[in-house]
Amino acid sequence: MTKIDIIQNVYEKLGFSKKESSDIVESVFDIIKDSLAQGDKVKISGFGNFVVKEKRARRGRNPQTGQEISITARRVLTFKSSQVLRKALNG
Amino acid sequence: MVKFIMTRNDLIKKLQEMLKVYPQKDIAYAVKIMFDSMVEALKREERIEIRGFGNFTIRERKSRTGRNPKSGAEVKLEKRKVPFFKTGKELRLMVNNKK
Repeated sequence: MTKIDIIQNVYEKLGFSKKESSDIVESVFDIIKDSLAQGDKVKISGFGNFVVKEKRARRGRNPQTGQEISITARRVLTFKSSQVLRKALNG
Repeated sequence: MVKFIMTRNDLIKKLQEMLKVYPQKDIAYAVKIMFDSMVEALKREERIEIRGFGNFTIRERKSRTGRNPKSGAEVKLEKRKVPFFKTGKELRLMVNNKK
């Protein structure tokens, strides 16, 4: 499934045109992306939560060469699926 | 840093502000259709690829014997499917850059 399929779903089930359906779907992902870029949490009930986590700098190793490298502090995005979704998958 | 939480309702409100000319009720319904269709895809074990955002896939967890951390009682955990999200490159950079 890609964005096109999601747009198609919205288009088929509502009175929006293809262009409007596409605008809505694109905007939803843009809004979520902008919130996460600001460090906000995004909670979509029935689907899951997107949370930005701060990672401290640490010493790492290149697994191929074994050479030590320093990994800088960074922010990473994590996704925790909602219980409703996990139940739906295993129902 | 103050962290805000954006809920599904906040998302709908923001979308309605952005797309003022669209019927407001239908926008809320469109968001529901979007996430419902994603849930349905995952139920079919279909991979979801959103360029610039990330990919959702299903991973199988093997059955194992776990323990209730409170009582210490053994519990059998059945084999199950869990959704997994891998952040896309664009979003990964967006999240990491803005300090």
